[in-house]
Amino acid sequence: MSLRTALSSSQAHEVQKQFARMLVAPAMLVLLLVAVFPLIYLILVSFQGITMMDNSSDFVGFINYQAILEDTRLWQALWHTMVFLAIALPLELVLGLLMAQLFLDQLPGRQIMVGLLVLPVVISPIVAGAIWSLMFDNRYGPINQVLGWMVGHDMPLLWTIKPELVYPAILVAEVWQWTPFMFLLLLAALANVDKSQLESASIDGAGYWRIFFRIVLPSIWPVMAIALLIRLLDLFRLFDIVWTLTQGGPGTMTETLSIFTYSQGFKQFETSYTAAVALVIVVFLSAILMWALKRVELSR
Amino acid sequence: MNRLPLAHRLRQHLRLLLAILITLFFLFPVYWLAMNSFKTADEIYASPPVWWPASLQLNNYWVLFKDGDAVSVWNSLVVATGSTVLAMSLGTLCAYSLARFKTGGDHLSNWIISQRMVPPIAVVFPIFLLYVFLGWVDTYIGMILLYTAFNLPYVIWMMRGYIQDIPRSLEEAALVDGCTHWEVFWKVVLPMCKGGLFATAIFTFIFAWNEFLFALVLTRTEVTTYTVQVTHYFGGQSNFWTKIAAMSVLGTLPVFIAVVFMQRYLVRGISLGAVKG
Repeated sequence: MSLRTALSSSQAHEVQKQFARMLVAPAMLVLLLVAVFPLIYLILVSFQGITMMDNSSDFVGFINYQAILEDTRLWQALWHTMVFLAIALPLELVLGLLMAQLFLDQLPGRQIMVGLLVLPVVISPIVAGAIWSLMFDNRYGPINQVLGWMVGHDMPLLWTIKPELVYPAILVAEVWQWTPFMFLLLLAALANVDKSQLESASIDGAGYWRIFFRIVLPSIWPVMAIALLIRLLDLFRLFDIVWTLTQGGPGTMTETLSIFTYSQGFKQFETSYTAAVALVIVVFLSAILMWALKRVELSR
Repeated sequence: MNRLPLAHRLRQHLRLLLAILITLFFLFPVYWLAMNSFKTADEIYASPPVWWPASLQLNNYWVLFKDGDAVSVWNSLVVATGSTVLAMSLGTLCAYSLARFKTGGDHLSNWIISQRMVPPIAVVFPIFLLYVFLGWVDTYIGMILLYTAFNLPYVIWMMRGYIQDIPRSLEEAALVDGCTHWEVFWKVVLPMCKGGLFATAIFTFIFAWNEFLFALVLTRTEVTTYTVQVTHYFGGQSNFWTKIAAMSVLGTLPVFIAVVFMQRYLVRGISLGAVKG
């Protein structure tokens, strides 16, 4: 018996509808409060002229948005974020995919190793940052020690201070933490590739790369796309790891968009300007999201 | 194995060796953190580094408890537990409605998951101003409500998936037998998705437990969470490595234990339900 016949009377249908709404209401209330209130408030404040010195709530038009265009520090922060994204995301994808290939077939101790590789993913990014500042410490860290052994003399490299070393340091920490994320998702996806299809292709004489691009990649693409989307959004708001390793320094060399916004709002107290920046970020990201969610099969 | 040609066996051994090396590479930093938490200050500030401490002394942890810094772990526990309970309750109800009655259609579901992806930095600023107004900065209630809202989209999205996996016929049978919608939810749906509930709750807990930016902005001294506490030990001149290491381990231990119990649901949990384990 189907649900529809069981609830054939319109009264029962009305009861069900009411029930359905009642279940959604509390969660929606919380979400609307947290999603809609900040947005309205941001719009309002971004057109005012509130700073640390000036608490007046007069409307000043588009001055704050104009300031965004002229703020080189902001554009640099966006650039830094893009650099992290453009290097870390492909690295995590390729390394994760290679690792997934390596662990795909049976290996002694495979389950234990995969279980251990999960750990970086669930560690707090703050702790991951702490771990890597320990690793990179110029005098007491094991990395400089090992480098010293390899070259035969002391290597007191200032990983978190020297301009040419901060990016590699942050990227190593970032890639260390999130490559296993890609690995786990891609391993699951690779395990679901149709084996018989692979076999018949190789019997037909198709080479490794041909099989990969024609059969494997299309099959794992839905999962890969979601993994990429999740990581893309995470990297776009990169904050924690950079915060523990360099705090955006030296100077503002590694300042990401999130760190820039934080320091505008909570260190310089440029209230209205921060609101404008935050709003632009939200609008920009929502556009990307809407575009992506249409293409990625997130819901079943 | 022995019947396989030599080249094949050699390749298998190479694969295993490579796999072990990779695992060690990803584990060593965690090992290093754990070891440093047991080292004496002399051993930490030794150059060349001490690869294995002389004894597993617990003084670094003892200092955290003696000075009261360990309270931050307690704060994390209160905030993460409170928000998990709230988000799971509200979220599962909402998820059931979305999954079974198609409330709001795909648009509502997509809107909810997109809320998950809004960068915290954009939200935290107006919320901070609101909390100043309400007097909620540096309070349990403020942090619990914030993390509840922060995790709700995740809970709704994941639980919607788990509920969709349950065959509908059971609920229909129960309705025909005269159960009310509430009874169906409590007695049929919830027991059927116990595993998913459990896994989602653990993830929700971990997200709140590990969160930093909201906690940095919205706590001062009373409800400082462990992530914020860790960053307090980084100084301009020098870092308190003994405390950083010990506090980090205290904060990471519960997460590791949790992960052991939900290996089966892990991939589904971190892929936002895209990969069914």
